[in-house]
Amino acid sequence: MATYVPVTREEEAFMLEACGLRQLDDLYGDVPSSVRLRTPLNIPSGMAEMGVRREMERLAGQNTVFPAVFRGAGAYRHMIPAIVDTVTGHEAFRTAYTPYQAEISQGVLQSIFEFQTDICELTGMEAANASVYDGACAAAEGCEMCRERKRSRILVSESVDPKILSVIRTYAFGRDVPVETVPLLNGVTDPAALAPLLKEDVSCLVVQQPNFFGCLEDLDALTQRAHEGGARIVVHCNPIAMAILKTPGECGADIAVGEGQPLGIPLSWGGPYLGFMACTAKLMRRLPGRIVGETTDAEGRRAFVLTLQAREQHIRREKASSNICSNEALCAMRAAAYLAAMGPNGLKQAALQCAAKAHYLQKALEEAGLAPVYPDQPFFHEFVTECPDAERLLAALRKEGILGGLPLAGKRMLWCATEMNTREEMDRAAAVVREVIRP
Amino acid sequence: MKLIFEKGRPGRGTDYLGPCDVPGIEIGGAKRERPLRLPEVSESEVDRHYSLLARHTHGVNDGFYPLGSCTMKYNPAVNEYAASLPGFTQVHPLQEADTAAGCREVCRRLEGMLCEITGMDDMSLQPAAGAHGEFTGLLLIKAYHRAMGHTGRNKILVPDSAHGTNPASASMAGFEVVSIASDENGFVDLAALQAAVGEDTAGLMLTNPNTVGLFDPQILEITRIVHEAGGLNYYDGANLNAIMGIARPGDMGFDVVHLNLHKTFSTPHGGGGPGSGPSGCKHFLSPFLPGKDTPESIGNVRSFGGNFLVAVRALAYLMTIGREGVPDAAKHAVLNANYMRVKLADLFPMAYDRICMHEFVMSLEKLKEETGVSALDAAKAMLDHGIHPPTMYFPLIVHEALMVEPTETETRETLDEAVEVLRGIWQAAHDDPERLHLLPRTTPVRRPDEVSAARNPRIRYDFEAVRG
Amino acid sequence: MNFPKNLMYTKTHEWVLFAEDGSAAVGITDYAQDQLGDLVFVNLPEKGDPVTAGESFADVESVKAVSDVLSPVTGEVAEINELLADEPQRMNQAPYDSWFVKVQNITDRAELMDAEAYQAYTASC
Repeated sequence: MATYVPVTREEEAFMLEACGLRQLDDLYGDVPSSVRLRTPLNIPSGMAEMGVRREMERLAGQNTVFPAVFRGAGAYRHMIPAIVDTVTGHEAFRTAYTPYQAEISQGVLQSIFEFQTDICELTGMEAANASVYDGACAAAEGCEMCRERKRSRILVSESVDPKILSVIRTYAFGRDVPVETVPLLNGVTDPAALAPLLKEDVSCLVVQQPNFFGCLEDLDALTQRAHEGGARIVVHCNPIAMAILKTPGECGADIAVGEGQPLGIPLSWGGPYLGFMACTAKLMRRLPGRIVGETTDAEGRRAFVLTLQAREQHIRREKASSNICSNEALCAMRAAAYLAAMGPNGLKQAALQCAAKAHYLQKALEEAGLAPVYPDQPFFHEFVTECPDAERLLAALRKEGILGGLPLAGKRMLWCATEMNTREEMDRAAAVVREVIRP
Repeated sequence: MKLIFEKGRPGRGTDYLGPCDVPGIEIGGAKRERPLRLPEVSESEVDRHYSLLARHTHGVNDGFYPLGSCTMKYNPAVNEYAASLPGFTQVHPLQEADTAAGCREVCRRLEGMLCEITGMDDMSLQPAAGAHGEFTGLLLIKAYHRAMGHTGRNKILVPDSAHGTNPASASMAGFEVVSIASDENGFVDLAALQAAVGEDTAGLMLTNPNTVGLFDPQILEITRIVHEAGGLNYYDGANLNAIMGIARPGDMGFDVVHLNLHKTFSTPHGGGGPGSGPSGCKHFLSPFLPGKDTPESIGNVRSFGGNFLVAVRALAYLMTIGREGVPDAAKHAVLNANYMRVKLADLFPMAYDRICMHEFVMSLEKLKEETGVSALDAAKAMLDHGIHPPTMYFPLIVHEALMVEPTETETRETLDEAVEVLRGIWQAAHDDPERLHLLPRTTPVRRPDEVSAARNPRIRYDFEAVRG
Repeated sequence: MNFPKNLMYTKTHEWVLFAEDGSAAVGITDYAQDQLGDLVFVNLPEKGDPVTAGESFADVESVKAVSDVLSPVTGEVAEINELLADEPQRMNQAPYDSWFVKVQNITDRAELMDAEAYQAYTASC
């Protein structure tokens, strides 16, 4: 059996004696004998590292790693510079707890402060927190920030990722807050349908940019409508697209949230990912979770601390607006390191390449016989096509080492291309499509 | 210390993408007009920047970290190896199920082991942290009462010693919180509990061992009282490390639990996350779990299946230590705590002076009265000895509290050194108390001004201030 | 410690100043700010909100704690002191100038003490 317990049998006896005890079981006098386990746990015996590695490698080997991925829908394969792994691999970052003791946590605190700055820059907002669990949780927490005594109803556009909507609904079930959806027109939120839904009890409208179908929403118009109805707007935005698209801040949004996974975080079958949250200065104190602030120390030196803590659960308890404490700090550091490495020009290049390749792919697929569903809508790096037989197409693509798009209801498919996809891959995917749908 | 935004030069940077192999396009829609003020630095500057930040960070690998309630045990290297396998890191969460069989098997095995350790029947790995697991578990309770037509069960009982997340989670789940007093031993006051339960009771949240580091011996009484009143019992797994493999929440009368993989199951905490907070439950609550394809399911609490790479690490840990190692770890966590406790008790009065579980709470109230040296001063003094201080000023029911949790992975030498350091601080408090108010001396900063940070929040870099 | 004679006080350490027009200004006492330490923020109600004697209408934050502030009177918020949001330190420096809200349409009041009684009361706290 492998163990991480360093105390030897001799030391154990010595330590027990120091405690005035004879055996380890004497430590558990407070545990009623009727609840003591009488038999060993029914889990496998321990094994040495060699065996653990072999088994883990075997399990990892049972997964397919696709050389070419054309699927996004909330998780995106992007180029991650090697330096991101290098700098976030420092043991101190990996093995530290939440930075409660500022004096020996300046490194983590500063990295979070830099991350908060990055998120403000990307979204065009004035304040950001240290992260939450993922983009969907960020949206749900964003809705809670908007709740007022007389306004609690949440409107969510039907172009928001259904997974995000599901999480918003779950959080709303907790608060007993009603959620309604806003219908679409030609792949984007229908402003005409929005107006009658903006009743006096609506706290916020949630939209996604680019939306789940890849289309670009008219954020200026939606923000204006929401505000006219006395509601706030929560924009769930793709952080890489923010390098080129008009930001929520520029559109006058109240809250910008999103999934930070595209910023240097591997796909990892869905987690850990990174929820980011930003807002106007006015709403700063409603942000949930950790926030790092700059201050000075006893000798006047620049220092960073966890701040505005009286918002949080450990002080406000049942009156706190959120219970979050652990977040995704190491993922936030990955994002900050990614942005530092890429720089403004690199990030813009990544965004432009995503857009260029998605448009190339869309055209190639169209020529191969998959018509776009929203041909008139501008899009970023995802788009929807008709797709008569998704199962056959995906199987054929799989033989070529290609993960095809995500099948949607109504014989449609949601495709994604990023800077990682080569022209050759896209031509090959189109060739497979041609073969499958035109036998 | 310079921010990364204060390093580099405009135009500096590294091209990581190379030229685009398809024609560029102009996409429609409104464009960004604001400049994007990200760092413009060379790769070597990025590398050095973070190396410096790492030197200004104390992790478990840098030294003793007896932070009560946080179970800062060693994070094994093989866990990291497993979590870095491309067969795990390069899998898209929406891949067809048969192309992610290994990921599913990891989760199935981990869920099975966690069910066995907790005495639960089903488990969801979706919650991303302990508090997230609490919220999830409370929603199960809410959905259950609703499905059973139990109208009016809208109160959750929480002992006054509980972590702040408990009442906050209950409130997020739409419950009213009723605080239950602790008795003089730090246990649940049974009379107060009995008086508080009724037809409006949805459930009780309990941490056992509790937040003062004691196992409540009345546990079966407590859970019976709540069940008889028609409520459910929620187990906060924050302190499971003391009893895993010794006793199971499921056998103590608990219906729902959450675990913290980043505490009990050795996964690293990453300076604040990612963690993982699986929710477990008994059969009758299973249809309500998140991510299930049942009409009763509460829905999803995050986008995909959970913090998968954290689950990989926890599985690697359990595969390594196995059935023998789980209770062995618990017993040594408890032994280490008691060893430190008896070596300190003559100088530092224990809030509850009896055999403790994995952690103990000292009160420095007397030291403060006698010398003016507070729990905060003592904590700051420890920094100069390379030790992360214990949890300060928690639980709230103990004044000038320091809560010490050594964990099972520390050597006796480390425990002895920490004891000597604390005894030395006690002596220094009596010899030269003024000096202790001025510590630490060896850290990059000393006692940052938290008041001005909160009064005038500066929570992002001010680019304009520099230009001006 | 300062106990102005023109004010009335509650057992929960709020002061109230009744104006001739029937309205009242409310704040926290010198004793309260001393006990609470450096205050960093105050959450105030909105104009028009109802307040009830003996119930919380605001809370004050220090770095590591939050405390409810109870209303000495029942009525309606006529005005809030916006200055406190930008300069929370005023609550520490000048507690009796730092009114939180002015309340009008007062229909009820909590049990109140005069300065002398309150001073004696704080001595026993």
